[in-house]
Amino acid sequence: MQTVSQPKTLWSGEIGMIAVLAILALLCLFIAAKTIEPAYAFHMGLGVICAAIAIFAIFQRFNKRDAAFPPLEINGLPNYNFGPVKFATIMALFWGLAGMAVGVYIASELAFPDLNLAPWFNFGRLRPLHTSAVIFAFGGNVLLATSFYVVQRTCRARLAGDLAPWFVVLGYNFFILIAGTGYLLGITQSKEYAEPEWYADLWLTIVWVTYLLVFLATIFRRKEPHIFVANWFYLAFILTIAMLHLGNNSTVPISLFSSKSVIVWSGVQDAMFQWWYGHNAVGFFLTAGFLAIMYYFVPKRAERPIYSYRLSIIHFWALIFLYIWAGPHHLHYTALPDWTQTLGMTFSIMLWMPSWGGMINGLMTLSGAWDKLRTDPVLRMLVVSVAFYGMSTFEGPAMSIKTVNSLSHYTDWTVGHVHSGALGWVAFVSFGALYCLVPWLWNKRELYSLKLVNWHFWIATLGIVLYITSMWVSGILQGLMWRSYTPLGYLEYSFIETVAAMHPFYVIRALGGFLFLVAYCLMLYNVYMTITASEAAAPAAQPSLQPAE
Amino acid sequence: MSSTYEMLAQFAQSGGTVYCFLFFLAVLVYALWPANSARFNEAARMPLRED
Repeated sequence: MQTVSQPKTLWSGEIGMIAVLAILALLCLFIAAKTIEPAYAFHMGLGVICAAIAIFAIFQRFNKRDAAFPPLEINGLPNYNFGPVKFATIMALFWGLAGMAVGVYIASELAFPDLNLAPWFNFGRLRPLHTSAVIFAFGGNVLLATSFYVVQRTCRARLAGDLAPWFVVLGYNFFILIAGTGYLLGITQSKEYAEPEWYADLWLTIVWVTYLLVFLATIFRRKEPHIFVANWFYLAFILTIAMLHLGNNSTVPISLFSSKSVIVWSGVQDAMFQWWYGHNAVGFFLTAGFLAIMYYFVPKRAERPIYSYRLSIIHFWALIFLYIWAGPHHLHYTALPDWTQTLGMTFSIMLWMPSWGGMINGLMTLSGAWDKLRTDPVLRMLVVSVAFYGMSTFEGPAMSIKTVNSLSHYTDWTVGHVHSGALGWVAFVSFGALYCLVPWLWNKRELYSLKLVNWHFWIATLGIVLYITSMWVSGILQGLMWRSYTPLGYLEYSFIETVAAMHPFYVIRALGGFLFLVAYCLMLYNVYMTITASEAAAPAAQPSLQPAE
Repeated sequence: MSSTYEMLAQFAQSGGTVYCFLFFLAVLVYALWPANSARFNEAARMPLRED
């Protein structure tokens, strides 16, 4: 400000970014011109357009910004970088709506098959769109937003990098765009939860490594000597997802000008890699990352310290060491060696310990503040999410036992189990975190309406209950019908009879999903009103003005 | 080839168990070490601190 103003020039990071984007745009243009696959050409076209927009945005920012780098600290307080956090928060809210709406649609398709509108809106194409949109687009953006927020606050340091955090959030959402449109257009490598093809995978690798570097560099510049447990969970999530992604997507494209690729693993090794990836997507993406949210947002909202920090350390190491081996329980009674199946089952059962240890730690953090559950629906959402975590991590190990699995596998019971975790745990803990985060980020005193949060909570809870109970009944019914024999040794039911028997439960499930979606729309309205109409945080209430410790 | 498989399976079945168990013991010792107690109690309050 008062210093001699230096001439404004592009920083080397900006020049490098522009150069990389320009080269990528040219490469995409070249491929789009040469390929004979229209869908692939469309994706390369999207690449050209988005790279051009990004270059334009860098110049726009250059025109507005100061000549010098933003300071790391202002008046001795960290100058936090919340821009990328806000962007990821908004994107999470957007993708949540898209993913849940598609979920309700495909649930309705199962109940009323006439809704399958070929080819774009077939169940086969929409189902990966739903799973990717809710897990990777909604959940992923929640993780990006909260991890970039929590790491700054608990390290008391500004997010590392200038363009890098923006590259991470924008690049990640570009990956989502490519993945989602690809499913609709029929581009898939047919690996569950890893459907995007090789070029999208390569792009995600670059984005993810940048994410890891930004996160690590922020931890390195921390002012706190101790690395808070939530950051350990985030780090395990980022690092393991990088490893899983590379392992399960080791493919060779058949040509630069084709979206198709071939996996290097063969036979049962490929299946094992897939479920090592698949289960740890649950273990590290949907569990470790969201446990990090629990360890920051539950104490913060309850205004109580973590019940036992020692338990959180044991929880962390036990969880990550056990989860990584649990994948084979997806391949019971297959060509996988028998001892490997038993290993997967054993480790899944042992997971009861850290899962419940973590759940107890989260719940007991409320000791001394249980009364807040009555008055604060946001805290109630967070606490119920932890309870659902306990429930679904109890159910999961039970289902991994071979004899139980012989009944439950390939049935709707699995779908119900996944959704008690996904809706009850992941979505609820995300909602709770977003309800906390939005007023903090946009500097508002409180949410627009706690009453609406209450409605959100109850309608969504009713939706979850309808969803998981109908799937339990439907799944067990299905499993029992499949294994039922006549006295002469013939199968008692044809496949289509089992499908017809499940119809009422499919309708109930679609209704449950619909209620969850309606409740989510209340949240969107509430967040919108909080950002646009809610009262700004009073300066006196601003903790940042209190004297430093 | 089968000997390679046997070796790997042997390692995973016994060596892995011992390795994981020892690691778990090390974590227990670290978490429960009395001298770390004050630091951990401090860390449990980290989300509550404002700047």
